[in-house]
Amino acid sequence: MRVALFLTCLNDTLYPDTGKAVVKLLTRLGVDVDFPMAQTCCGQAHYNTGYRHEAEPLALHFADVFTGYDAIVTPSGSCAAMVRELYPRMGERAEAEGRGGTLSAHLAPVVPATYELTEFLVDVLGVTDVGAYYPRTVTYHPTCHGLRSLGLGERPYQLLRAVKGLELVELPGADECCGFGGTFAVKNADVSAAMGADKIRNAESTGAQALCAADNSCLMHLGGTMSRLKVDMRPVHIAEILASTEERSAR
Amino acid sequence: MSSREIVLGRIRRALADVPAGDHAYADAVTRDYLREHGTRTREETAALLAENLSEYRAVVHRTDADGLPALLARLLTERGATSVLVPPGLPADWLGASEVTRVHDRAASSAYELEKADSVVTGCAVAIAETGTLVLDGSPDQGRRRITLMPDHHICVVHVPDQLVSSLPQALERLDPARPLTWISGPSATSDIELDRVEGVHGPRALEVVLLGGR
Amino acid sequence: MSGTFLGMPAFPKAAREAVGDERLRANLRHATHTIRDKRARAVGELEDWEALREAGKQIKDHTLRHLDRYLVQLEEAVTAAGGIVHWACDAAEANRIVADLVKATGETEVVKVKSMATQEIGLNEALEAEGIRAYETDLAELIVQLADDRPSHILVPAIHRNRGEIRDIFHDTMKNWGRPAPEGLTDEPAELAEAARLHLREKFLRAKVAISGANFMVAESGTLVVVESEGNGRMCLTLPETLISVVGVEKVVPTWRDLEVFLQTLPRSSTAERMNPYTSTWTGTIDGDGPTAFHLVLLDNGRTDTLADEVGRQALRCIRCSACLNVCPVYERAGGHAYGSVYPGPIGAILSPQLRGTTSEIDASLPYASSLCGACYDVCPVAIDIPEVLVHLRERVAQGGPAVTRGEKVVLRPARGHAAERAAMRAARWVLGSPGVLRTGQRFAARTRRLHPRTLPGPGRAWSASRDLPSMPAEPFRDWWQRTNGGKGEAQ
Repeated sequence: MRVALFLTCLNDTLYPDTGKAVVKLLTRLGVDVDFPMAQTCCGQAHYNTGYRHEAEPLALHFADVFTGYDAIVTPSGSCAAMVRELYPRMGERAEAEGRGGTLSAHLAPVVPATYELTEFLVDVLGVTDVGAYYPRTVTYHPTCHGLRSLGLGERPYQLLRAVKGLELVELPGADECCGFGGTFAVKNADVSAAMGADKIRNAESTGAQALCAADNSCLMHLGGTMSRLKVDMRPVHIAEILASTEERSAR
Repeated sequence: MSSREIVLGRIRRALADVPAGDHAYADAVTRDYLREHGTRTREETAALLAENLSEYRAVVHRTDADGLPALLARLLTERGATSVLVPPGLPADWLGASEVTRVHDRAASSAYELEKADSVVTGCAVAIAETGTLVLDGSPDQGRRRITLMPDHHICVVHVPDQLVSSLPQALERLDPARPLTWISGPSATSDIELDRVEGVHGPRALEVVLLGGR
Repeated sequence: MSGTFLGMPAFPKAAREAVGDERLRANLRHATHTIRDKRARAVGELEDWEALREAGKQIKDHTLRHLDRYLVQLEEAVTAAGGIVHWACDAAEANRIVADLVKATGETEVVKVKSMATQEIGLNEALEAEGIRAYETDLAELIVQLADDRPSHILVPAIHRNRGEIRDIFHDTMKNWGRPAPEGLTDEPAELAEAARLHLREKFLRAKVAISGANFMVAESGTLVVVESEGNGRMCLTLPETLISVVGVEKVVPTWRDLEVFLQTLPRSSTAERMNPYTSTWTGTIDGDGPTAFHLVLLDNGRTDTLADEVGRQALRCIRCSACLNVCPVYERAGGHAYGSVYPGPIGAILSPQLRGTTSEIDASLPYASSLCGACYDVCPVAIDIPEVLVHLRERVAQGGPAVTRGEKVVLRPARGHAAERAAMRAARWVLGSPGVLRTGQRFAARTRRLHPRTLPGPGRAWSASRDLPSMPAEPFRDWWQRTNGGKGEAQ
């Protein structure tokens, strides 16, 4: 199986440790993962902000880079949802605008091949115990696209529960949005900040040492909020927990 | 051009993308929802109606034809009613054991007159167990819509099992849209204060339901 | 009378005030969380919920695709049953029709059933200008009217008020409108409901004319349906001599049987009950029972423009349950007033800019009043994909394009204030369109990382006023990958 890592532009630029963790984890599980150097961005921010036509070239580029891989794995629920849910919609809109089925056809191969990391682990590799060790109390925030667009459901919890040393505590109001929402975070900064602060208060009430999620965009917002509120808790991507072992514990 | 023509014209232009061979109504809707939720015996259906009515603070009684006059007399006395509104076709014997003054709803009766009555006793067209709902359709034993609205106390008699159905789809099949229908699920209530339900605003604040027969 | 929405500031500005209002946030949080859990339980009782949701969506979609046919059928049925049907292209026309009908009766006051359509067209204000006083009889609408306030929720227009505030409003203002509040009124909800009962009773008994909306209109039979809780609807629909119902054209359903879907989904979605306390249905006028004159005013007011948009038209499926408001994290914090419309919350964010167009500042900002979390779509009983329509409307605001306004095809220009964003998006697309350019940018950022502040000046302040920036790593992932040959050259 040819497996590609689609790291996302945000992770590539700001969170390389998440990418290294995914590589380490997949390698440990016997997957030979490739990182196509030509990859950039899925176009989600453009699309969701109302610039669908600007997002199209990015989607086409994504398809050019990743077509041919059996699985495209990404440690981002929202970018996986962009490809799986919104690429087909972009194709439909192009057809409705009288531009024919070219865009749909071009994007079609990458749509079903794209997996969010926990989906890939549980559904494709069929593992829930990845042999990880992480001796901390953790609470999990299921990000909106993971929760509602992809329907990740129990997968992240199954993976976390199998981690040695990890104590998983339930997050009150878990299914409420953290307030990131892409450009929403700056266009409606006050509401976004209020949502973030409430999420952090809920996380703090669990007594967890780490707040885990499967998307660094939400964690960037939540981590920035924690840091500003001087909360003694760390944001951590699920890949970094799953990659961590007794020999080499992550952060 | 009339506004009617303008609006219809706008609609037709707006729907230019709808293909000519679009589904007929019969094919347009997949109705694979349930006709009723669960299977129950008649007795269990009656029990469910009673349970759901009670949950919304209606008071439920059960009796048979012989016991009905005494029960109604007792309920009116316990309420302290001195007058009771009666629909034109209420069976004569139902209130045979009660001393309470009967008030008849005449076409010329004003709302002010009707408001003075303490209670009202009616029959019912259909009762729905799953939702705890009574439907009145203005038949002679139920009267005009206003008589079950003005008094603060409503006693509704339901023939069980004849007037009882399990579900809302089954009720609609039995009802005639040409008649004025009032669907009643518990006493008047509001959720307008902090989205929390409290009973009792404009309609009857006390609803008593008598399940008649069916044993 | 309730204030106007004209000249509303854009959503972010209005929301900022609400976010800072501790009492408002506590009221909204309490109310929305109370109903949220109850709704989930009420919906969970029905094992066929998804099938009902799909059927509701299909019935509405089919009706909308043949709306002309069903409206004509409805008109024939209502007329045959003794009613009179009027058509109104816009708010002004609907208001004039209603005012003329009331004046023809010689009355100067009317009682009203809660109705979104009449709120939308500003009917009360229009009647006031004609010397006709309209009394709202729904408890929450009464609170809003007495307080000279604006509604902030579809189902519970006074959701922004807690019981203590309601007590004060009743105590201070009921006397100006009729029967004063009882002496020693407390903030007990049952006492407040009793005060409303007494205050409104004299109005119900006196009223000769009532005005309502409708939740549904059945085309085949000409039947109108009003779903309510308090009994004020029944009072208005049965005691007066004249009944005028103002109803949006999208409220029609083809058959009587179709109600079996919506009467199951609407109460559970709105008040989280198996069934609301009262539902009234009537067909034209009925001999010897209820009003002797019935007028139906069919309202367009932007609905046909909405229908012309292939993506946006799904908003017309809405049955006004308000479940989307109650789960929305943005609504919970911004409150209903920030949406600048009688339709707040997620549904308002897609309905208002379609009914009114995207030219005003508030309407252009509404499609962005969402984090696209999707909770609204999840709970919608007619499966309106609100996030999809939001993004579609963002496109209309940011990029312009074809639309229909008052029945005429137009090409919209991009909204003002988006030029800088458009330029930034283009620039970002250029950077992201090529891995080489992206890498150059990443490297520059990485090399200068010690110079990066944790907070930003200028427009970046929107982020950094409440959140620290992440620290810049020493190298981007792609450099690590290349340097270590995918980690193979690095000790594990």
